[in-house]
Amino acid sequence: MKPEALAKTGEPRPGEPTSREEGARKPTKRRDAMVLSVLPLYVFTFLFVIGPLVYMLVLSFLRRAEVWGVTLEFTFENYANILKPVYLKTFLESLKLACLTTLLVALFGYPFGYFMARQNAAWKRRIMVLLMIPFWTSSLVRLYGWIIIFRANGVLDGLLMALNITNAPLKVLYTYAAVVVGMVYALVPFMIFAVYSSAEKLDWQLVEAARDLGATPFQAFWTVSFKLTLPGLLSGIVLTFIPSMGLFFIADILGGNKVVLVGNLIQEQLMKARNWPFAAALSVVLLTLTSIMIALYRKISGVKDLEGLV
Amino acid sequence: MDDTVILQLSQIHKSFGDVKVLDGIDLSVRKGEFITLLGPSGCGKTTTLRIIAGLERPDSGRVFIAGKDVTNEEPNRRNVNTVFQNYALFPHMTVEANIGYSLRLKRVDKETIKKTVSQALELVQLSGYEKRMPDELSGGQKQRVAIARAIVNQPAVLLLDEPLGALDLQLRRQMQVELKRLRARLGVTFVYITHDQEEALNMSDRIAVMRNGKFEQIGTPSDVYDRPKTSYVARFVGSANIVEGTVLESDGQRIAFRSQGAVCLVAARGARLSPGEAVRVAVRSEMVDLTPYASPELPYSGLDAAGGNPGDSQVGLQAVVKEKNFAGGVLQITVSLADGSELVASRHGIDSPLVPGDKVRVTWQPERAVLVDLEETP
Repeated sequence: MKPEALAKTGEPRPGEPTSREEGARKPTKRRDAMVLSVLPLYVFTFLFVIGPLVYMLVLSFLRRAEVWGVTLEFTFENYANILKPVYLKTFLESLKLACLTTLLVALFGYPFGYFMARQNAAWKRRIMVLLMIPFWTSSLVRLYGWIIIFRANGVLDGLLMALNITNAPLKVLYTYAAVVVGMVYALVPFMIFAVYSSAEKLDWQLVEAARDLGATPFQAFWTVSFKLTLPGLLSGIVLTFIPSMGLFFIADILGGNKVVLVGNLIQEQLMKARNWPFAAALSVVLLTLTSIMIALYRKISGVKDLEGLV
Repeated sequence: MDDTVILQLSQIHKSFGDVKVLDGIDLSVRKGEFITLLGPSGCGKTTTLRIIAGLERPDSGRVFIAGKDVTNEEPNRRNVNTVFQNYALFPHMTVEANIGYSLRLKRVDKETIKKTVSQALELVQLSGYEKRMPDELSGGQKQRVAIARAIVNQPAVLLLDEPLGALDLQLRRQMQVELKRLRARLGVTFVYITHDQEEALNMSDRIAVMRNGKFEQIGTPSDVYDRPKTSYVARFVGSANIVEGTVLESDGQRIAFRSQGAVCLVAARGARLSPGEAVRVAVRSEMVDLTPYASPELPYSGLDAAGGNPGDSQVGLQAVVKEKNFAGGVLQITVSLADGSELVASRHGIDSPLVPGDKVRVTWQPERAVLVDLEETP
């Protein structure tokens, strides 16, 4: 574009190609420019997405070395290890917690997102800001906040005892319940955004049409609103379920060592046991599980992109 | 059509915040009648419809459907159905599922639903479209599905909110004919909203002309077209010219009034006005005669021989041709009067010997002009 503009507006200076020569060379130049402009994208994708994935895949078929690193020896041992009851149990525990978390997140997040979309523009903005503010702080710091609330004789216990609801500290910290609360807290915004962006697009006149045709408020919601916001709910489920399989630090911080998830297992194998190949194999299995989830979502909803992400 | 009142609105008031949308609406609609609410956007016609449907609650006033007070009934408990302006078809359902929606809610058995839906589709000439999705249909087809969906429930009153508003002119004319046929076949009461006066005149048994949340006039198409009560109705429905003046004399049949230094005549139609009263007269453009100024003058000599002589006034307003426009199959000639106001005369044909700048005299047959705003200008 630039040389052409130059040739048209500026006086052709001596030694510079004339506009006719420019025109003849333009097509190849343009193609070159296109390749150049997308090249960083390919380089980036290769270096930071495909490269590590291949590295991880390769690693998962190698054997760990005695002291440090790996030996170049092909084996299925790592995958076989996953099938040991102790690790299989971790996977099942993770799935269970992820399902519970997702269910609770959907129960809180769906109505929130749905009613948020029904507010006027000013309120939508206000709620959106309130939802965004926590993201300005590190999620780790926010988790420490929960410790203050949950610990024995902490904020929660103090409040419950002051209100005479309980008369002894509940000691919620380092329990399964604390982990679930932490997970729901960390993931509910994603559900809200996903449902909101779907509900936002809902034409309210369709609900009125349903009421006009004889539907009760609930029937109208179920047959029209819910069906039309289902893509948002499904994408919220994917956005919640997948991270909740791997959020190891929440289980670590709020669950003590009592709750071990796949994420914790991977982190432990990598950082403490230094069994890189096994950590890689665990990651590959986790990645496969989540990919299956996304494929299922696409199949069910018929939507290519996750709602709330675009 | 019988004389049973199927729908009655009494003293409906409605405000949104500080904006008064409906200001005391009274309406009664007979069974099988086709009534049109006509008015510009923002006059409150859609709100009236939504109040009938139950999608909006009036601040005060009552709604009766088939003799029953339904003012506080939910929309799903009212025997009316609406054809929405933007169709409002359920995008996730097939045509068949859209039309059968109300029947499914009523738990009608599947076979009956299938039969009823296919009959409805036949009625709107869309047989074979059962399995289509709404976004595979054209605007006109969507409109037909919306109509089928609304009539399948056999409502006591069918409400149509500018159903043809989004269609192009040709399709709109075709759909007008079809709606008339459909209504003749079903015998359902129609409450129809439009801002298109031609559509209203073509389709309705009665027209209610709305302005600022009130009915300006309710009557048959010929009532509002030929005998408008107010200058607003005359302008909106008949695109009429309004001429103002003061009464000179009346002989019971006609009234002579002075306007801009000239004398004009209008049929009295029972109005009793005494000399000196202000009057407003509506004359539709096709009733306006323009004669070149050079032609012999018409000195005014009173309504009858004994009527005295109000001076040397001429019959007919003096005017200058301003511009000519060919629009909608007629030639519109705009003239400007002595006081600078404009008046439009229309002719069939594509041109007229008159050219801009020509001086003309504006006259009309007294019985073609209508006294309007009688109560407003005492």
